[in-house]
Amino acid sequence: MRIALLAASISLALASTSSLAATAYVSNEKDDSISVIDLATMEVSATLEVGMRPRGLLLSSDNKLLYICASDSDRVQVMDLATRKIIKELPSGADPEQFALHRNDRWLYISNEDDALVTVVDSQSDEVLAQIDVGVEPEGMAVSPDGKWAVNTSETTNMLHWIDTSTHTLVDNTLVDQRPRHVEFDGDGKRLWASAEIGGTVSVIDVASRQIEKVLTFQIKGVHPDKVQPVGVKLSADGKYAFVALGPANHVAVVDANTYEVLDYLLVGRRVWHMAFTPDQSLLLTTNGVSGDVSVIDMQSLKVTKSIKVGRYPWGVVVTP
Amino acid sequence: MNAYWYCLQGIVQREWLRFVLQRSRFFSALVRPLLWLLVFAAGFRAALGIAIIAPYDTYITYETYIVPGLACMILLFNGMQGSLSMVYDREMGSMRVLLTSPLPRAFLLASKLLAIALISLLQVYAFLAIAWLYGVQPPLWGLLSALPALLLVALLLSALGLLLSNGIRQLENFAGVMNFVIFPLFFLSSALYPLWKMREASEWLYWLCALNPFTHAVELVRFALYQRLSLSALLICLGLTVLFAVLAVVTFNPQHAALRRTN
Repeated sequence: MRIALLAASISLALASTSSLAATAYVSNEKDDSISVIDLATMEVSATLEVGMRPRGLLLSSDNKLLYICASDSDRVQVMDLATRKIIKELPSGADPEQFALHRNDRWLYISNEDDALVTVVDSQSDEVLAQIDVGVEPEGMAVSPDGKWAVNTSETTNMLHWIDTSTHTLVDNTLVDQRPRHVEFDGDGKRLWASAEIGGTVSVIDVASRQIEKVLTFQIKGVHPDKVQPVGVKLSADGKYAFVALGPANHVAVVDANTYEVLDYLLVGRRVWHMAFTPDQSLLLTTNGVSGDVSVIDMQSLKVTKSIKVGRYPWGVVVTP
Repeated sequence: MNAYWYCLQGIVQREWLRFVLQRSRFFSALVRPLLWLLVFAAGFRAALGIAIIAPYDTYITYETYIVPGLACMILLFNGMQGSLSMVYDREMGSMRVLLTSPLPRAFLLASKLLAIALISLLQVYAFLAIAWLYGVQPPLWGLLSALPALLLVALLLSALGLLLSNGIRQLENFAGVMNFVIFPLFFLSSALYPLWKMREASEWLYWLCALNPFTHAVELVRFALYQRLSLSALLICLGLTVLFAVLAVVTFNPQHAALRRTN
């Protein structure tokens, strides 16, 4: 009996680690560095020096290149993940914060917070293809899965700006709640999720009509409503769940992506900002700015299993296989 | 050997009967920690979400934090209540009947301690089950690995209770000792707040808590509940259990009550 139990627990332990042989990269805003987390051991395996105030992170579609918004260096850096060296720097415009990569794996759409601009850069030729005027304090950035739309959020204008990627012109705006921070398309590109930090809401927008379909609100037991400030949004690939990082409320909301019902609130570190799935979608990582760590959510049990200390003010996170 | 087994069985059975017949005791043992969990902890829900301490791997709610302490609170009250029953037994003479047994007195007392401990464990697991439904869910295997830790703590606290009851001359004095033993043990421990929090308040408070055996009992259970071993807590609990048990056996005097009555 004891041997059977032991064997069962060993196989369980093995099963839970084999799917985790992934690597996470976390940008530390205050440390000008990237923390590398080995998800097999759940420990920081390296810390890489990068440009000043790194925030948004992106991976090339082959997971070989890491794009880094070095906000205070006013550029986007490109790191070769094989050598972990910066191989080039792209002209991003001033204060790049968030960006998105077109499905052609070339065009980067970068929001320039101080200049009310979206800069489009060809990551191969290093050319600036276009600069598009948007609202004040542009922040969130997403490109639709079909590559037709690039959507930017402006924090002060409280709008989503729809940019046609074939002409690089602003086509439409959608007014949302106060201080929109992040946008995320669902898997088939039919809906767009947009968080509003001060409004405390997440709007779900029908992409075809560009109209708001549903506004989600959040209430956490024992947390003052003012602290509920949605920022990062992530949708699971199976279309079942949406996860909303609620900033200083220190919780991530788990939302049923079909009924829009909030299923649970998971306690994570302080000021939870952005999130990333592991490639096999077994884990979701959150960056907790004030507490300086990354919380790990197990997707099967929908529970927080661990928090890993990283640098100061972790901001963005991506995961490679 | 059979005689020992028969005796142990008898003592456990008697304790079980007492437990079954006094159903109110079972409920009061549950109501106390549940009030702490459902009412007291509710107000502090987010209070501890600011630091990660072993054995936890991530941020926890206050409810999650105090469950091991409350489980030990059940053991503490039961250990003391068990000794109360010894005082009662001594006064009513039933203990003297037990001591007419030809078996060594140490064995009889150890059996008594074990009986009290086993009954306490039932109550602890009933409490953990309710806490589970309330949302405080340690790993399932942790509930199993906590069993030996809980048993040791139960023995430790009932040995302490027995030792104290030896020093008490009559039933009425016992309530006073409760106030001077249970409350300081419970409040000056890591049951309600982690030690680092105590240290923020004051250094001497921290040291009082760190020296309190109940702190180590709570930490042993807390670690075991998350499938970890706190070696220092284990050694301290083991050592103190042996010490208290030996002292309790040595100082045990069934003549106390009888003598006082004849005086």
